[in-house]
Amino acid sequence: MTMERRNFLKLLGAGAGAATLGLAGCASQPKYAGGRKVVVIGGGYGGTIAAKYLRMMDATIEVTLIERNDHYISGPFSNLYLGGILADMSSLTIKHDKLAANHGIKVVQAEVTGIDAAAHSVTTSKGVFNYDSLVVSPGIEFRTDEIKGYDPEIMPHAWKAGPQTVLLRKQLEAMKPGGTVVLSIPLAPYRCPPGPYERTSMIAMYLKEHKPGSRIIVLDANPDIVSKKGLFLKGWKKHYDGIIDYRPAKKVTEVDNKNMAVLIEGIDEVKGDVINIIPPQKAGHIAHVAGLVGADGKWCPVNPMTFESTLKKDIYVIGDSSVAGAMPKSGYSANSEAKVCATNIVAKMNSRPLTEMSGVNTCYSFLSAKEAVSVTGVYQVNKEKNVIEPVPGSVGVSPDLSELEAVYAQSWIKNILTEMSS
Amino acid sequence: MRRKWSEMALALGALVVSAAAYAVPPSAEMLSNACAGCHGTSGASAGPSMPSLAGQSKAFFVDAMKKFRSGEREATVMGRLAKGYSDEQINMMADYFAKQKPQGQGTAVDPALVAKGKTVYNEACKRCHLENGKEFEEDTPIVAGQWLKYLQIQMGEFQSGKRKMSEKKAEKVKSLTSADWEAVAHFYASQK
Repeated sequence: MTMERRNFLKLLGAGAGAATLGLAGCASQPKYAGGRKVVVIGGGYGGTIAAKYLRMMDATIEVTLIERNDHYISGPFSNLYLGGILADMSSLTIKHDKLAANHGIKVVQAEVTGIDAAAHSVTTSKGVFNYDSLVVSPGIEFRTDEIKGYDPEIMPHAWKAGPQTVLLRKQLEAMKPGGTVVLSIPLAPYRCPPGPYERTSMIAMYLKEHKPGSRIIVLDANPDIVSKKGLFLKGWKKHYDGIIDYRPAKKVTEVDNKNMAVLIEGIDEVKGDVINIIPPQKAGHIAHVAGLVGADGKWCPVNPMTFESTLKKDIYVIGDSSVAGAMPKSGYSANSEAKVCATNIVAKMNSRPLTEMSGVNTCYSFLSAKEAVSVTGVYQVNKEKNVIEPVPGSVGVSPDLSELEAVYAQSWIKNILTEMSS
Repeated sequence: MRRKWSEMALALGALVVSAAAYAVPPSAEMLSNACAGCHGTSGASAGPSMPSLAGQSKAFFVDAMKKFRSGEREATVMGRLAKGYSDEQINMMADYFAKQKPQGQGTAVDPALVAKGKTVYNEACKRCHLENGKEFEEDTPIVAGQWLKYLQIQMGEFQSGKRKMSEKKAEKVKSLTSADWEAVAHFYASQK
């Protein structure tokens, strides 16, 4: 392929016809005349890696990472805390100081309040930061307006790991034996496709061990289990028969906080002692403020080769907020997208040709304390359709529940969090 | 193919170029960076069951990936992921990781087992796993300094028959007890 493309370019560059068509010089990236300042918003799976790889690939680029908190807690593996496999979330918590020191990244703990794409500036609670390129990796925000009466302090989402996760676990611990947990799953796409089903497994495991006679009712807005269906059903039957009551096509539209009940399309009512509502989602708040969200009003369209916004020049959107074609909204995807984005910002700033993307996703889900399953994929851009697609054959799930995959999953989380924090 | 590209150029003209800036195919770094989510930055693993790829033998890497891809070597996720790459891309990644600096993980090991493992190594392993496992021969991997847990999993799979051995290896290790294998794992893990 390389040779053929080279010939193609020769052909474009060679003829006088090409010059008259204005093609001369198109064989390489346009000469870059801008500065070398990159601001990265978000210190999670995407932002940390974008900042780190920018500096690893070109130490002449000045990188500022802006994160609202002084730490970041991983969503992946936080279900294991709900299940009781993890006693706390300390092993899922990273700081940014070592990353900053090792790679010469300026880390600023501040709230981003605005982005001025024309002026190339970011306004924060700690002043204004100018950029030449901006990477936005803000995760998700909830479409709470689609659930009437929703109050996360009463019915936690626990879909951003942290105090919400602790609240949900406390509610589970306080529940009487024989109680009912209700879990509401939003319509896809949402962050972490297999996550709600892993959570179902982990809560069922907790109930089986600590709250005899209890059960979990799963109200799924989707017509069926979104990810790893066969494996989850197998695991549920093997370990949690009679504990999990899975109900597809049940969209929660309203809650009754006083009576601890949820309403489905305003008709059915389901009561619970503990109610975990994962609301429908959209791109992180700042993406909406900055005008990066597409016509659907939810997610940010990007150039699949670079992750540059198709709406605002020099702003790149990675992770859950972006529309990354076939790549799922996962931590691993955000990590992989960050590297693709960093590679091509470096290329742009050095007037080099862009590099076609190659991305990976691997998501592990725990079914029990000792068994996990995975879904994998290798991704590339289909240039005709200009969209990210899986490389045929690379996407697939585990053949069965696996103790070995649980062991590998533990090393995955260790590696990816180490990569983000050092 | 050459003809097809020239036809495209004539037919689409400026449109082709203006629609998408020219990009080169995925580089070795682009391909290899995506592995780091599991195998660590530059292939230096921080997870005890995940092998480090930094400094690994190119021939071994290529052989392992192709065996994963064909299903000849049993795997969890690697059998699926390896299907995402061409021979050329596997070679590029092998080159990339071979050039990275190996990082000993400093796993806690049992000194008594390390001593015993050294004896077993000298008797059964050193002809192919050269220099205490730091060097390689043909398609053998560099095993020195790998995580203990990773070595234990792989050695367990050799013993159970889940991971196939070459005839040469099978002959060499046929008299080893499981205690011998365990000792060699500690010995390799102890190497810096």
